[in-house]
Amino acid sequence: MSELILTSAPAHLRHGSNIGQPLTRRDGILKVTGQATYAADNHPPGMLFAVIATASIARGRVVSLDVAAAKRHPGVVDVMTPEHKPPLAIDPEIKTNPFVFRMEVLQSNDIRYANQAIAVVIAETLEAATEGAALLAPAYEVQPALVGFDAGESFAPPVVGVGNPTESHRGDVEAGLAAADKQIDATYETPPQYHNAMEPHAIVARWEGDKLFLDTPSQAMVMARGRVAELFGLAPEKIHIRSPFLGGGFGSKGFLTGPQILGVMAAKLVGKPVKLVLRREQMYGPVGHRAPTRQRLRLGTDGEGRLTALDHRARTVSSTFDDFYEPAADASHTLYAAPAIRTSHDAVRVNTGTPLFMRAPGEATGSIALESAIDEMASACGMDPLAFRLKNYAEVEPMTGRPFSSKALRACYEQGAARFGWAKRPLQPRQMRDDAGLLVGWGMGTATFPALMFQAEARAAIRRDGSGVMEIGAHDMGQGAWTALAQIAADSVGLDIDRLDFKSGTSDLPDAGIAGGSAHTATAGAAIHSAGAAVIAKLADLATSDERSPLFGAGNAGVIAREGRLIRRDDESRSESYAEILARAGVAEIEARGTGAPNPAAMEQYAMHAHGAVFAEVKVDPELGQVRLTRMVGAFAAGRIVNPRMVQSQLFGGMIWGLSFALHEEAITDRRSGRIMNANLGEYHIPVNADVPPLDVITVEEHDPHVNALGIKGVGEIGITGSAGAVANAVWHATGVRVRRFPIRIEELLVPS
Amino acid sequence: MKQFDYVRPATVTEAVAAAAQPGAVFLAAGTNLLDLMKGGVSRPDRLVDVTHLDGLDGIETLADGSLRIGALVRNADLAHDAEFARSYPAVAEALLSGASAQLRNAATVGGNLLQRTRCAYFYDTASRCNKRAPGSGCDARDGENRSHAVLGWSESCIATHPSDFCVPLVALDAIVEIEGRGGRREIALVELHRLPGDAPDRESVLEPGDLIVAVRLPPAARGFAAHARYLKVRERTSYAFAVVSAAAALRIENGRIAEARLALGGVAAKPWRARAAEDVLKGVAPIADAFQKAARRALEGAKPSGDNAFKIELARRIVVRALTLAAAGTPARIPALPASPFASTSGALHV
Repeated sequence: MSELILTSAPAHLRHGSNIGQPLTRRDGILKVTGQATYAADNHPPGMLFAVIATASIARGRVVSLDVAAAKRHPGVVDVMTPEHKPPLAIDPEIKTNPFVFRMEVLQSNDIRYANQAIAVVIAETLEAATEGAALLAPAYEVQPALVGFDAGESFAPPVVGVGNPTESHRGDVEAGLAAADKQIDATYETPPQYHNAMEPHAIVARWEGDKLFLDTPSQAMVMARGRVAELFGLAPEKIHIRSPFLGGGFGSKGFLTGPQILGVMAAKLVGKPVKLVLRREQMYGPVGHRAPTRQRLRLGTDGEGRLTALDHRARTVSSTFDDFYEPAADASHTLYAAPAIRTSHDAVRVNTGTPLFMRAPGEATGSIALESAIDEMASACGMDPLAFRLKNYAEVEPMTGRPFSSKALRACYEQGAARFGWAKRPLQPRQMRDDAGLLVGWGMGTATFPALMFQAEARAAIRRDGSGVMEIGAHDMGQGAWTALAQIAADSVGLDIDRLDFKSGTSDLPDAGIAGGSAHTATAGAAIHSAGAAVIAKLADLATSDERSPLFGAGNAGVIAREGRLIRRDDESRSESYAEILARAGVAEIEARGTGAPNPAAMEQYAMHAHGAVFAEVKVDPELGQVRLTRMVGAFAAGRIVNPRMVQSQLFGGMIWGLSFALHEEAITDRRSGRIMNANLGEYHIPVNADVPPLDVITVEEHDPHVNALGIKGVGEIGITGSAGAVANAVWHATGVRVRRFPIRIEELLVPS
Repeated sequence: MKQFDYVRPATVTEAVAAAAQPGAVFLAAGTNLLDLMKGGVSRPDRLVDVTHLDGLDGIETLADGSLRIGALVRNADLAHDAEFARSYPAVAEALLSGASAQLRNAATVGGNLLQRTRCAYFYDTASRCNKRAPGSGCDARDGENRSHAVLGWSESCIATHPSDFCVPLVALDAIVEIEGRGGRREIALVELHRLPGDAPDRESVLEPGDLIVAVRLPPAARGFAAHARYLKVRERTSYAFAVVSAAAALRIENGRIAEARLALGGVAAKPWRARAAEDVLKGVAPIADAFQKAARRALEGAKPSGDNAFKIELARRIVVRALTLAAAGTPARIPALPASPFASTSGALHV
């Protein structure tokens, strides 16, 4: 990979600050000209190609492989199997910490899901490796696959999501329901969904003695480095990961997956660099997915439409060999002010790759069910869905009673509804038609996502020439980290963005933590902010303690950093440039480190969430049942907006995902074999351009002094929540048909005409 | 991928000879075939590349008023040929409703006719499929089959033919010109594809070496230009195969239907010409009652092959709608969303 040359062109407007400017992507020119080096674009000298052979059964074992046939194929160098592979330092089944998930790296011949790796063929060309893998012709001992919600006994997992309690409650739900004037009891189903990042999981692995160089997309490089270190018995500092660009991750690149480790093993086996890239269909299994859910919601209201109880029970599935449980019911913890709330989960085990985090895990699945149920309850009360939500507006977090650190949801409702024209919505369904006779429906949903913080570090420096450096091993998944984090960095050291050398995307830089949980900008940004402040403080020390400086005697608190100068706060005529300060001190570079971390005291005191309101219009053919989204407005309050252009783009992406959730996405699993029958982008439907109308995003101003130093809440996932429910509710409003199985299918809407 | 020979014949005669060998297949754009080969679904020994053959990419009007379309004409070129779109609007609309712009730019007329089913069990080589591996069984029959056939299926195979293009073509009595070992012959397109019966691997009546060189629309096909539509219900607005589709073409004289043409897509292993429904419409006024009656007739004998009973009712409704749209008259321009129920949505952008 050559040195990255990022650009800030076209020139942007500045009004004294980088944060808040809608800069275009600094990596945009590289990407549109094909110069951005993604993992699979690396070709070190002597590199071989590895291709995985996968299981076509979901349960059983491999009893034979025709390794000889594969090896005979011209160009095939070696075939890695459970019997022929480099040893690992630890058993990959051992969970050394809660963020280790089990993977298949040829540790046995057992098969636990379809598409599991059963061998790796290494060859001089991709074609030879591909054909070698096909020649293995595995024979299996097949056991009946466990498929679907009724595959076995359900059980209550110990925790759901990341350490959430399986069951939570406040107040007496049964009493609340018994006392209710009106009740609804409805069950919703969501299907398995796969991340389908545009860039498949890929790795180029190169060993140099006991050093290991990896090009692979990662949302958490230091965590990935730790996993490789323990699996191969290496010191972490011997491992160098480069992950400057990801073609999407959505959670599937948060943990190193089995196939990526197989690439490292293959390189070790053959003693040469190896590239391994998953084929599209191979991404349906070993790299995580969103688990299906079946959610029952029971709601009750009093005579004025106030919730008396909210009971949300979710069933999900996990794999037969590991534990991840989609925390769908927890979506009911934060939004609506019911005096009694209960959420609970249970699960069944099926022959699937372990489900994992997928963009808004739990929040997305839970939101479409909750927002549908709220819509049903509003209808049962004869109330407008927005009026019903306002009637049940949570002034404090319902589940905990904590105040919100900030909550501009009312403004989101108001601004979104005004932009959409919600006030004209008829209460009853099936009331609106367009000129062509199509049914028109309007629906809404409330969006919410927690404002999280993880741990991150950054290193800042000011150089003799007055320019700055900021180093942080952050991750740009396409969301714009190269741009937004550099904006924060530039402000933190009082420099224009083009006077700052922003270094990122490799594992040797300070640990930026995880690009997940919508917390990367906040966490990495806080570390950057703190490192920048620290280096400026050091610089100020140099200047204010030097009697030759015009700032002598000003004291730390008495100067501000702006446009490459320290300026006396009480007398702006007295200032000195960074270069002058360092030159006089005879220092080549001054550096400091900073960290970003959650504030436990604030978290104890406040509930921290981003919020939003999404309004959708669909048109439905009254006889033919085909649905099309025609308008969508989302108003979101997510604290400080670092780069409005990137944020709008993130929210658009989330809203389109919500549309996809409601109308399109579904992995179809054969009920007998457990194989996914639409493991390709032709048949696994996501919206195409023609499905997406012009979208309207409003970012509602919100100042939050508690979430972190910069007041950032994150926007990566919230766009899905609310949106899926808004579309589903619009379909009901258009047709009068309440569909509770997602995605909504044509046949559900073929009502007798 | 299996090793194969690649030959590029210089003439149609050479192409036919080269493809008559066992295990040989023709390669045109390859928009379907190459995917099948990469997936191990098709494992030919020899590809006979016909893309360089001369004289197969023209669109010409013959002396008798027929239109002859060369087998190598690209879908997009044909659909955007102004004269063609004016004379056979339902065919142009069907072409533009298929696949994506990129695929339409590559895919050929002959290849479209011979594209394979989209049955997932056909593509999944670990599944039993009588079409892919004769005698192995049909895993679709008791599997995930909500999109499968409701007409003309057998216990051996419930797959559908996915083409949009073929649906209005069979309605308009298109003729297929074939060059074979015995020379040139021609058959009606409606006779090209076979129903599965007990040999679903035999998808067409073509013999080894047979090369489709042209598709011809007879002179009478122009007579429907004023009242011809294609309607396709699908699970997203673009880039999806039909759940069910229909082509309807009417010749209306003095307020009555002088002649009707009707065909369905996505319901059977072949584009489904509904002649009995056409008969119902002959000589009657183009009104809803008549269309309802035709729709019932068109789906007579339909039965679910799985979780797909809805397709029968949907097909009836599509027939009624397509006839209604056709009766209302062909629009002056092909709609921005061709063949879509949302075609009339104002402000829609071309896709």
